[in-house]
Amino acid sequence: MDASYQELLEVKDLSVSFRQGQRETVAVDRVSFEIKKGETVALVGESGSGKSVTALSVLKLLPYPSAHHPSGTIRFKGRELLGLPEDEIRHVRGNDITIIFQEPMTSLNPLHTIEKQIGEILLLHQGLAGEAARKRTIELLTQVGIPEPQTRLASYPHQLSGGQRQRVMIAMALANEPDLLIADEPTTALDVTVQAQILSLLKELQTRLGMAMLFITHDLGIVRRLADTVCVMKEGKIVETGPVERVFTAPEHPYTRALLAAEPKPDPAPINANAPVVVETKDLKVWFPVKRGVLRRVIGHIKAVDGVSVAVRQGETLGIVGESGSGKTTLGLAILRLVSSEGPIVFLGSSIAGLTFKKMRPFRHHMQIVFQDPYGSLSPRMSVSDIIEEGLWVHHPSLTRDQREERVTRALRDVGLDPETRFRYPHEFSGGQRQRIAVARAIVLEPTFVVLDEPTSALDMLIQAQIVELLRALQKRRNLTYMFISHDLRVVAALASRLVVMRHGKVVEEGAAAELFARPQSDYTRALLAAAFNMETAPSGVAAQ
Amino acid sequence: MDDRTVIEVPETTAQTPMGLAVLPERHRFAVSPLNRRRWLNFKANRRGYVAFWAFLVLFVVSLFANFIANDKPFFVRYDGQSFFPVLVTYPETAFGGDFETAADFRDPYLQKLIAEKGGFMLWPPIRYSYNTHNLDLPTPAPSKPTWMLTEAECKAVVERKGLSGCRDLEYNWLGTDDQGRDVVARLIYGFRISVLFGLALTIISSIIGVAAGAVQGYFGGWTDLLFQRFIEIWNSIPSLYLLLIISSVMVPGFFVLLGILLLFSWVSLVGLVRAEFLRGRNFEYVQAARALGVSNRIIMFRHLLPNAMVATMTFLPFILSSSVMTLTALDFLGFGLPPGSPSLGEMLSQGKANIQAPWLGICGFMTVAVMLSLLIFIGEAVRDAFDPRKTFG
Repeated sequence: MDASYQELLEVKDLSVSFRQGQRETVAVDRVSFEIKKGETVALVGESGSGKSVTALSVLKLLPYPSAHHPSGTIRFKGRELLGLPEDEIRHVRGNDITIIFQEPMTSLNPLHTIEKQIGEILLLHQGLAGEAARKRTIELLTQVGIPEPQTRLASYPHQLSGGQRQRVMIAMALANEPDLLIADEPTTALDVTVQAQILSLLKELQTRLGMAMLFITHDLGIVRRLADTVCVMKEGKIVETGPVERVFTAPEHPYTRALLAAEPKPDPAPINANAPVVVETKDLKVWFPVKRGVLRRVIGHIKAVDGVSVAVRQGETLGIVGESGSGKTTLGLAILRLVSSEGPIVFLGSSIAGLTFKKMRPFRHHMQIVFQDPYGSLSPRMSVSDIIEEGLWVHHPSLTRDQREERVTRALRDVGLDPETRFRYPHEFSGGQRQRIAVARAIVLEPTFVVLDEPTSALDMLIQAQIVELLRALQKRRNLTYMFISHDLRVVAALASRLVVMRHGKVVEEGAAAELFARPQSDYTRALLAAAFNMETAPSGVAAQ
Repeated sequence: MDDRTVIEVPETTAQTPMGLAVLPERHRFAVSPLNRRRWLNFKANRRGYVAFWAFLVLFVVSLFANFIANDKPFFVRYDGQSFFPVLVTYPETAFGGDFETAADFRDPYLQKLIAEKGGFMLWPPIRYSYNTHNLDLPTPAPSKPTWMLTEAECKAVVERKGLSGCRDLEYNWLGTDDQGRDVVARLIYGFRISVLFGLALTIISSIIGVAAGAVQGYFGGWTDLLFQRFIEIWNSIPSLYLLLIISSVMVPGFFVLLGILLLFSWVSLVGLVRAEFLRGRNFEYVQAARALGVSNRIIMFRHLLPNAMVATMTFLPFILSSSVMTLTALDFLGFGLPPGSPSLGEMLSQGKANIQAPWLGICGFMTVAVMLSLLIFIGEAVRDAFDPRKTFG
């Protein structure tokens, strides 16, 4: 190409605004940055800071005309992209600039084979078909590290693991050897070990193909490992830009400093070997039957939890870690008797295994759960006050309206929310605030035992640290017992007194958290730790793809 | 536990000096922002919005059909006494007549009796009910709209009644049907009965359908499996033939007909609601409610039903229009409401039988067409209103 341009991508004064009815919402406010050939630029910020919108507007993938650009230019190789008509921008998309999305589950069409999906791009932009396309597809799949690409060609997306799906997405993005790859949180939905693999793959491909990359993430660890230049975004504006080294060692803007300090501090609840046992399971099994044939004979089981014995003592936090599919969430649900299981469960001295839903009800207000997704766990059609007091209706039906209101108010204040907001609806709150509401719903019943099912995974770093602090404060004040389920070892390290590492439904390793972090016994635990703290890939074969 | 309450109670009072009881009411009854957005979306579909109001006006007006088209006056003043014939049936003897039978206020003899005592009558704008036979028809029934008559055609009646011309006759604005009954009156009553029947059928079958779908979707497993098979078998019963058989044994009235149609119409929503419940029962907030120990019934009502209602509401106007269609079709075939009932289907079939009287077919067709179009337009607007991706402007 001609060298009439200096930067590969030059974004100047870009604003994006959304129109809804009479309301105008400015999502991106006069943002400028540039990307040189072969360079990696990271856009960092919390959700809602406008980083994805900025990236999507480069390819004009926003919902026009409700989205529009009040100001700015986007020049790619010296050519203005913003005013380009739809059929011309299509040549740029998938050819010069490609994009990979966060969710590999939904970015691939479930009804087409891998070969067809990659072949489509080759046909569209390069006119390759038949044997030539097939050869190129296998080459691409090899490049992104998919084992046995020939046999994988006929696979459908659901036959691949999350990591493999993301690899296929990358293969599709690379099909036309783009000059710029936009990666929109490509590893957020993946396990730590897989995340590390995908990141090293991206890095390697970038050096080999010499392409530039615009990397969008909220995870500063990734930025540090991958990017050359970082732009920190907050509320639609870029507050700080600079080389990664400089920004990380000498951050200028207070927000950047806050982000860097957001790592939750390890201060787990102490282990007290004499405290009474709150929950204990012995050889707990959750097997889902697999049925086949006309008569629905049971031909096997999916062993989600396969013989797990754990005990949680009063006032401590038991961390359960493992990759997705390791059965950690199912274990939590089984202990709360929300999925049926086999094997004894003893809660506060009484056996609760096999109790009916009705018989379980008296126990429910001692045991509560906080879910991962603050958007899915609150009913969108109930006000905050209704959500929190629902449990009170069940367990304390004799309370008067004022008493209920008082307890709701107190719970909201305990989780750091203004009680005046209790008549609003969940969608009016941010993710972190919603998670606080979910915590309030759990603690309003004054439980003894709370299962925390990845309560921080869906949140931004800054908010994660706040929620961890909140949980810790509540535990101290109310002498709560936690079972903390997470794949994020950094958060687990901050809270857990003891740890159980799970894989394929079985316990791999357990022990005091400090001990386990310092001297992991099994290879699997070591791989998890390496991936979480250093973003290093494990020796092959240890962690599944 | 105890020391905790002691610590936190002063905190409660300290942080909200204004007291707590002030805020709630205003918020608790306000329209939720979600519903507000839906209403705006509904309004943004201009055609549907206009259709909604037009339909509402027509429906409310037709509800008062008895006060618009009736062969009885609203009010009679006779011999110092007040009578309300629309609401109460009076014998002829009350006005000095000879018989104990119900008074026929259209009878010139009775009118004369009332006038002699210095009484007066207040009539509805149209002095025919749906079953009033016009005894002074200038031409054999079906008779043309009065304004289309030529002087020669009405000469006989005009002379008999001692009037000066066609214009002085009591008007049948859209003519009469083959039994000399006023078409306007029959249209108004027919519209009312169609819509009422449609509404009743829609509402009852929705309630049954939603409940059945909810139970299937929520409990799943064997409940779902058995219920689904039952519905499949049930659906394969040819309802029209069953209806023909029943109506050959007995003359179906409004409620019998409603009951028979209900037997088959409730299945239409089941699949939809079942799918919504199947999807919804694994939502985290449903899990959370279960973890709180909330009972199945309340979970279904409070957490899952609102989700399913979106799909249900979207379908309602279309179910309503198909219910109206069903009734009209049955009436057209002669298996619907009992003879003499004001029904649009019957008017259409009269129109078919009397090609020489086009006003019957045209009026019937226009009414059905307008009514169904309005309902479809409303349905489209409702669909827009509940579309979460729809942005207006």
